Amino acid sequence: MNIVVTVKQVPDTWAEKKLDPTTRTTDRKSVDNVMNEMDEYGVEEALKIKEAHGGEVTVVTMGPEKALETVRKALSMGADKAVHITDEALAGSDALQTSAALAKVIATLSPDIVITAAEASDARGGVLGALLAEHLGFPQLTQARKVTVDPGAGTVRIERQADNGYLLVEAATPVVVGVVEKINQPRYPSFKGIMAAKKKPLTTLSVADAGLDPGTVGLANAASTVLDAQPAPPRQSGTIVKDEGDGGTRVADFLAAQKLI
Amino acid sequence: MPDTRLTDEQESLRRTVAEFAREVVAPVAARHDEDRTFPYEVVAGMAAMGLFGLPFPESYGGMGGDFFTLCLAIEELARVDSSVAITLEAGCSLGAMPIYRFGTEKQKREWLPMLCSGAALGAFGLTEPAAGSDAGGTRTTAHLDSGMWVINGSKAFITNSGTTITRLVTVTAVTGTSGDDRDADRTKEISSIVVPVPAPGFTAEPAYSKVGWHASDTHPLAFVDVRVPEANLLGERGRGYANFLAILDEGRIAISALAVGLAQACVDESVAYARTRHAFGRPIAANQAISFKIADMEARVHVARTAYYDAAARMAAGLPFKKEAAIAKLVSSEAAVTNAREATQIHGGYGFMNEYPVARHWRDSKILEIGEGTSEVQKMIIAHHLGL
Ligand SMILES: Cc1cc2nc3c(=O)[nH]c(=O)nc-3n(C[C@H](O)[C@H](O)[C@H](O)COP(=O)(O)OP(=O)(O)OC[C@H]3O[C@@H](n4cnc5c(N)ncnc54)[C@H](O)[C@@H]3O)c2cc1C
Ligand SMILES: Cc1cc2nc3c(=O)[nH]c(=O)nc-3n(C[C@H](O)[C@H](O)[C@H](O)COP(=O)(O)OP(=O)(O)OC[C@H]3O[C@@H](n4cnc5c(N)ncnc54)[C@H](O)[C@@H]3O)c2cc1C
Repeated sequence: MNIVVTVKQVPDTWAEKKLDPTTRTTDRKSVDNVMNEMDEYGVEEALKIKEAHGGEVTVVTMGPEKALETVRKALSMGADKAVHITDEALAGSDALQTSAALAKVIATLSPDIVITAAEASDARGGVLGALLAEHLGFPQLTQARKVTVDPGAGTVRIERQADNGYLLVEAATPVVVGVVEKINQPRYPSFKGIMAAKKKPLTTLSVADAGLDPGTVGLANAASTVLDAQPAPPRQSGTIVKDEGDGGTRVADFLAAQKLI
Repeated sequence: MPDTRLTDEQESLRRTVAEFAREVVAPVAARHDEDRTFPYEVVAGMAAMGLFGLPFPESYGGMGGDFFTLCLAIEELARVDSSVAITLEAGCSLGAMPIYRFGTEKQKREWLPMLCSGAALGAFGLTEPAAGSDAGGTRTTAHLDSGMWVINGSKAFITNSGTTITRLVTVTAVTGTSGDDRDADRTKEISSIVVPVPAPGFTAEPAYSKVGWHASDTHPLAFVDVRVPEANLLGERGRGYANFLAILDEGRIAISALAVGLAQACVDESVAYARTRHAFGRPIAANQAISFKIADMEARVHVARTAYYDAAARMAAGLPFKKEAAIAKLVSSEAAVTNAREATQIHGGYGFMNEYPVARHWRDSKILEIGEGTSEVQKMIIAHHLGL
């Protein structure tokens, strides 16, 4: 199995997130950056498939130089090699541009399975998997909470998470699979894994190396523009209800006013 | 001064362990503390990450890291839970290290892989009911009888000695005397011997009721005619005491790292609490009586961390580090005790409530000035290095 897994570096989910006021894109400089948490599940699933059926896991990311830390983390978890698309010209690319760039590079890797997370915790667009599948011309299996691979038949079957149960969906490889957090428990890299990561093959591609048209990438050529952005309003302090005999009624009134009961 | 900067790999490991501590250890720490239960599931997670094999070569099932890297892991665990941190510290630096340092090739191959994997724990039995700081006062005896050591005696306060995954206890025992019985300066011959457990005649007595480290496993041990093969002698006969002291020199750096983790946790908790707790119409942090307290706490952690980094870097560089390890242990354990006291103070009445981590840190801190050599013993070592 030749497995490609996409990963993204995002601002630490535990940190307060901000938008850059001039570009209105995510401010990635003022906070700690980490691997998108859901991508860890993607990497884990790729490793599990490899452990069960053999093959190779390639991590692909597009992002600034610092995103190398995230690539290293995936390698230290056990991925075999990585491709990092990085170029000043790519800054500010939207989901459409990012998926086009990733697809171009992923196509050259001839994967059987491309694994993506259902969404990244920063922009929460949740569209990358679908866009990739479209660009690559692969079927896509989304919201997977369980993946079963049949290498002989060349098929991948998933349990697709639904509100009131799950759907069994199957597609022939090559296929794009989007995973949700229920799927597994990502491993923590061991020190041996961390040491080994440094020696694993890493390909760094610029816009030119990846064969991308410079006239299509970056903020200036994005299909979508953020017109305005406002910080979230500070959270209102709660209402304190003093019980003067009518506490129950007043709590009920409050809940009713919020249309909760 | 040796270089104390962390390599990229050490920094990655530190961050990984911090993540593990936050995601896996923190959610269950209070429960294990309250119930006084050994956190088997957390230990299994640490084992899966290879933490128990961190400072040992890959050829024995280790991770190929060094002692400094182990200290970084211990510090990060102690920022969340000292019991978990001491379980790793004792497992690695007391349980497995004596075998790695003093074992024969055969002994290393036999015991290190299971200890490195974290599937089994080893314990280190030096202290006795009547011999702690003066560990040379060991009364446990071992004599040879048709190719077997026969061990009799008792040990006190032994960490990791009674878990369901404890597989060996290395003990010091008197194996003979040199000189005449009536001679005043007759010296005991002390050797160390590996006792695989369970073993007939070996009992881990019921666990102590401790002030802190509730989720760490500590027992008195009894040995009644326990028989182990002669080949279980660890290191040279008669070198047992000296070898154990050498192990403790390194162990002090690890305990220092643990103390730094606890002291840092107290700073972290205090900063967060002082910002959000209001009294007299403003955050308590707005009073210098509080913010200066926290500034002093931060300064203490910084000095203590610098001291253990220095001792660990000296050890890694092959330089003498005994005095520096004693200094690191002394200042960091005092920093931990002081910071824990101050952090509970800053938390007011809540600091006395077990649901606040600082209360646990306060109970967990005091042992740091006692275990692996009391503060007085550290001063004896430092003074000795000054020729006093
Ligand atoms: C939770 C816990 C876990 C432990 N784990 C282990 C373990 O895994 N393995 C192990 O072997 N031991 C272990 N110990 C034992 C620990 O190392 C000893 O408790 C410690 O070394 C002190 O010895 P002691 O308790 O006998 O105190 P003592 O030696 O009796 O000391 C009492 C007091 O006298 C002081 N004192 C003693 N001699 C002098 C001197 N010459 N000058 C000035 N002051 C002096 C001491 O500093 C101390 O303040 C553990 C202890 C605890 C509490
Ligand atoms: C076991 C127990 C029993 C108790 N029993 C009773 C009882 O029977 N009846 C009762 O009424 N209360 C009782 N209390 C409450 C106790 O009196 C309070 O916890 C104590 O007064 C501290 O108040 P606090 O916890 O709100 O801390 P806070 O007032 O929030 O103080 C937090 C920290 O900020 C410091 N601080 C606050 N303001 C300033 C300032 N202006 N300058 C400098 N530092 C400042 C404090 O000294 C403290 O270090 C009890 C508490 C406990 C733990």
